[in-house]
Amino acid sequence: MMENAIAWILIFPLFGSVACAILGMGNKKICYPIAVLSMAGSLWAGIEALRQVIASEEHTISYIFGGWTLDQYPRGVGIEFYADILGILITLVVLGVGLIVAIYSKLPVQEETPGKEPLFYTLFLLQITGLAGICLTGDAFNLYVLIEVAALTGYGLIAMGSNRAAAATFNYVMLGTIGASLYLLGVGYIYIKTGTLNMIGIQQAIEANGLADSATMQVAFVLVGIGILIKMAFFPFHAWLPNAYCNAPTTTSCLLAPLVTKVMIYVMIRMVLSVFGVEFSFESTMWVDVMPWLVVVAILCAAVMALAQREIKRMLAYLIVAEVGYMVGGIWIYNYYGFIGSIFHIISDACMTLCLFLGAGLILRKAKTTKFDGLRGLFGKMPLTMTGFFIGGFSIIGLPPTCGFFSKWYLITGGMVSQRWEYMVVLMFSTMVMVVLFFRLIERIHLAVTESGENLGHGHGDLGLNAEQTRFDEGPLSMLIPLLVSATIVIVVGIYNQDVVSLIEIFLSDYNLPRGTGH
Amino acid sequence: MSAPEVTVIEDIRPLIALVAPLIGLIGIVWAGEKRRNLRETFTFLAAIVQASAVLSMVPLLLGGGIIEFHIWQIFTNVPLLLRVDGFGLLFACVASLLWIATTVYAIGYMRGLHEHAQTRFYSFFAISLSATMGVAFSANLLTIYFFYEMLSVSTFPLVTHMQDKEARTGGRTYLGYLLFTSLCLLLPALSWCYVWLDGGTVTMDFLADTGKVGEFSQTTQIILLALFTFGFAKAGLMPLHSWLPGAMVAPTPVSALLHAVAVVKVGVFCVIRVYSDIFGTEVLRELDGEDWLIGIACATILISSLIALSQDNLKRRLAFSTIGQLGYVVLGATLATDMGIGGSVLHIAMHACGKITLFFCAGAIFVASGKKYVSQLRGLGRRMPITMGAFMIGSLSVIGLPPLGGFVSKWYIALGALDRDAIWVVGVLLVSSLLNVFYLLPVAVTAFFRTDETEENPGIQEAPMACVVPLALTALGCFVLFFLSDPLLRLVKIIE
Amino acid sequence: MFEGGGIINELFIERLNYLIYVVLLLIGLHAMIAKNNLIKKLIGMSIFQTAIILFYVSVGVKEGATIPIYLPEHDPHGSHASHSDGNETEQSNHGPVVLDAELVKGYSNPLPHVLMLTAIVVGVATLGLALALCLRIYQGYGTIEEDEILAKIEKQEMRSNPSDVLKSADSSKQATSRSAKSVSKPKVSSPRSSKRSKASPKTKAKTTTTTTKAKTSGAKSVSPKRKVAASKSTTTGSKKSPAKPKTAASKSTTKAKPKPRAKPKAKPTARAKATSNAKKATASKPKPKTPKK
Repeated sequence: MMENAIAWILIFPLFGSVACAILGMGNKKICYPIAVLSMAGSLWAGIEALRQVIASEEHTISYIFGGWTLDQYPRGVGIEFYADILGILITLVVLGVGLIVAIYSKLPVQEETPGKEPLFYTLFLLQITGLAGICLTGDAFNLYVLIEVAALTGYGLIAMGSNRAAAATFNYVMLGTIGASLYLLGVGYIYIKTGTLNMIGIQQAIEANGLADSATMQVAFVLVGIGILIKMAFFPFHAWLPNAYCNAPTTTSCLLAPLVTKVMIYVMIRMVLSVFGVEFSFESTMWVDVMPWLVVVAILCAAVMALAQREIKRMLAYLIVAEVGYMVGGIWIYNYYGFIGSIFHIISDACMTLCLFLGAGLILRKAKTTKFDGLRGLFGKMPLTMTGFFIGGFSIIGLPPTCGFFSKWYLITGGMVSQRWEYMVVLMFSTMVMVVLFFRLIERIHLAVTESGENLGHGHGDLGLNAEQTRFDEGPLSMLIPLLVSATIVIVVGIYNQDVVSLIEIFLSDYNLPRGTGH
Repeated sequence: MSAPEVTVIEDIRPLIALVAPLIGLIGIVWAGEKRRNLRETFTFLAAIVQASAVLSMVPLLLGGGIIEFHIWQIFTNVPLLLRVDGFGLLFACVASLLWIATTVYAIGYMRGLHEHAQTRFYSFFAISLSATMGVAFSANLLTIYFFYEMLSVSTFPLVTHMQDKEARTGGRTYLGYLLFTSLCLLLPALSWCYVWLDGGTVTMDFLADTGKVGEFSQTTQIILLALFTFGFAKAGLMPLHSWLPGAMVAPTPVSALLHAVAVVKVGVFCVIRVYSDIFGTEVLRELDGEDWLIGIACATILISSLIALSQDNLKRRLAFSTIGQLGYVVLGATLATDMGIGGSVLHIAMHACGKITLFFCAGAIFVASGKKYVSQLRGLGRRMPITMGAFMIGSLSVIGLPPLGGFVSKWYIALGALDRDAIWVVGVLLVSSLLNVFYLLPVAVTAFFRTDETEENPGIQEAPMACVVPLALTALGCFVLFFLSDPLLRLVKIIE
Repeated sequence: MFEGGGIINELFIERLNYLIYVVLLLIGLHAMIAKNNLIKKLIGMSIFQTAIILFYVSVGVKEGATIPIYLPEHDPHGSHASHSDGNETEQSNHGPVVLDAELVKGYSNPLPHVLMLTAIVVGVATLGLALALCLRIYQGYGTIEEDEILAKIEKQEMRSNPSDVLKSADSSKQATSRSAKSVSKPKVSSPRSSKRSKASPKTKAKTTTTTTKAKTSGAKSVSPKRKVAASKSTTTGSKKSPAKPKTAASKSTTKAKPKPRAKPKAKPTARAKATSNAKKATASKPKPKTPKK
């Protein structure tokens, strides 16, 4: 069982979803424990796999299903899972977020989609299967299939919300299909040129046959790139995201918001580094000059749009778009620190987005609204929830010692090394926007004063000791504890950033990236 | 300031000073609003523990050692490292001792006014003191940055304590200025040093890396200097000073401790650290563009004094006075001479003691009579003789008359200016002292020598004892500091 | 590269498949983005996906080749049939070539076709899901025209301004009850919504409006009110409602402007009638909609 840890990562949620679908018909209550248990099992397998990857000589594990081995058959025959440190780290993020959200989901699912628990958890677990599979697969076409698995289940999960969600999902389906299809088209071109779909095989073929200048490969690169950018909601292609995430049921947005976009950024890193290779991606195309500017535009616009929102979940959705810009920028400023920043930001952004969406879910449940104006004085009522929420917010802003600070630090450092001033300036700008966003929220939650200045009580002169003020009204424990755990993770990942970064450095040491400090 | 040959002692006491308020915080929250006496006991205990931990380190430092405590390896090269040297210890002493005074004062003030949400008040107060200790004991730029941000955020609930419209405006300005500068100016500067010094291996340590910035070109150095100087906006240098008057909406104990001692002094402390321990006096003196910083500091001193003249609200007047006095500290540091920096360091202590007295008095007046404006103070000297007496002493110390503390520090700054052959700076100092007289003395004079005919004189009506005792003690402190100036300078190793 | 008619030859004779796939791809893309009717969008999506399938299949095609199963005369061991597909896949690079290059020529590469099997499955799943969504949208909004849906969403949002949300949310604890409400709201309040429509033309004008849409919405409205408005407009040419008849007459020439304004009026009535599909269908027939597409 140990040696098959990578397979178990997928087997747990996959069979869990089947179990949910079948057993759920008899007893709806059984779905929740099945989901939590299979997520826990999967996470355990993931940790075991990480241990194996670190212990292995090359820091990679190649796992071919069905007992086929590389000595028997050439690479590209059979279904290969290829886990290097990056893949397994992101997988762990997926599984960790999945477990926390699964625990959190108990009440929201019951209340928001009563009677549909089996369906919900089936899709939930399939979604995790798809996302984890994306992180682990070693085959470009399987990647397409898994992207679609994740996307299709995602559509279903989102559409379980209101009618509004169904309408938003339809847009998502359209754009998502375009994105995935363009990716598939790109893979087709790669196949024409290299004759293989295995990621390592493609890389070897590009090197062996000197395909760096091939027009076909350039076209493939652009198609794959655009497909991925659409899927990750990079700015001009972000239109599907805000509506989908803020109309989705609480649990869905908690699950999808931290994961989907980040996993697609992982795919971009995978494509750029391991499939097309550093030389091809950065040296023989002009994208390295263009992308940083697109990123600048993307971050600027997303930040400004976030500023215009008056509703927490919608605001967070635009923040995600901005953060996607950060990470894409970290890749395309093309240096060692930028990549550390991007990869670390995938991890930390998943943690803090999770934290914020869990908090938003709790707020929605108590205050019945996530509009800014409904939040006044909530801190007095639910201090723990708000503390957790704020920690996520501080991390987005980038205040130490939360993980957001460290990822931003590496990104800024990367911009500094590449002397990409425009990227740095825009990072600063969006940081300031986030300060405004979150302290505007904090102000509302903390102060009991309306926009027009009238005091809603417990101001000066009021002793602040009356009963209703001191009575806490926190959410249920099954929701509160996941929130607090995720807030703790935000801080712990920040404090232990060295350990994570050293893993990322092992991964990056295989690639020849410029460090560029001039010495 | 940092002599290279020193014995380094590993000791946990800096950490104790750092963590004591945080442990106290648990007690404070646990006791809560219902058991106020218990809660305030916890605050008090935390303050005592912190102060004694800090004071117990003084002999070690005077013996020529420095204390280090390694908390955590935060980046590949850069550890989260605490180090106690003379300068840091001096600042820590000031902050922790004045915290005890403020704790007593706060009990009187908050209860006297029946303030709301006192638990929150004491909690965040404790956190900000912890952050202050962290800044004082930081051994490198990143560590200092961490605690600097922690202080910014943890004081926000204190500034907006009133939770009304005014508080909101004040809070917005406060955070807007502080986070903008720290995130947009300071962080790039830090990153710059981290990346480009020694091929990215430099730790930005205050002891080991002094003067390494000299590797950069002159332009880069000047840009860095500007980023650091304005990045630490808590120092209240002139274009970025507006947060300070805005923050005066806070309850007086907050204004007193945080905005006369902890927060603003953290700002100037960081500036001095950067000047003397990152750039180093030699590098700084050779920098061509550094003169304009002296100019800005002088402008800050004069302009803020002029603004203070026009303020009728007592606390706002004191706030502008603080900006001016911070200008002295920055000025001393920019002079980049030993005397100048010595004067700056001393001025941190002297001004803290004097200004906290003045704020305490302003708060005591508000508690006892509800008066906030200078023009309302007529005849108050008869009703509150101790308070107004202390106010007088504080004023004189801030103005800089012997035998009060403020005199010594200004004297050293003037000496530093003479070392640089900058006679005009001495002129600025004289003019500003004169302005200090004009805006501070009338307060006491109005209170003592003008009588208010409209009100009958009801005899002595002091604020609660808990308010009066601390302010009397700090006023006394102004005297004591005058005589302590030599040992203090020895502590920071300006003189042997 | 190509001289004279070379490029024509290249494009239309040798690479006709690829040309067709590009054209199909663009048609599909256009339909997905520009069409207003959700079903038409889905048709576009199918075309789009089919284009890609055509591309892959074209890649794998080989004239005169047979399926990749050892012909009896080629089979070296008689038991290696299971390996053959793998060998074929790797023909270009590093696959161990069991058969001579000469012999392999006779087989076609199965992989592109196999991949498309999966892609078709994915496409069908997407289509099914999207159709289900359409159904859901139709149940919720009574229409599958995108601009009308947007208009209704807009209206709903305006109705639930912040203070309303606070109040109404108290009563509706669960999301389901909330969504149920939102479904029922428009039906209950047709007079109100028509009142509101005054405020919304701005937003509606923003949404993409093609002539077909207005026509269909006009066609749907069977209510007497609507007829009166229509007839009036033909005579007076007043601003409010004339749009429909005009556009109906001159299909594509007069474009969006007046339409959005007229739509809101049609909506409440159309919704009221939403249940009776048959009526609509009959009503829409006489209009000149069919020549449109």
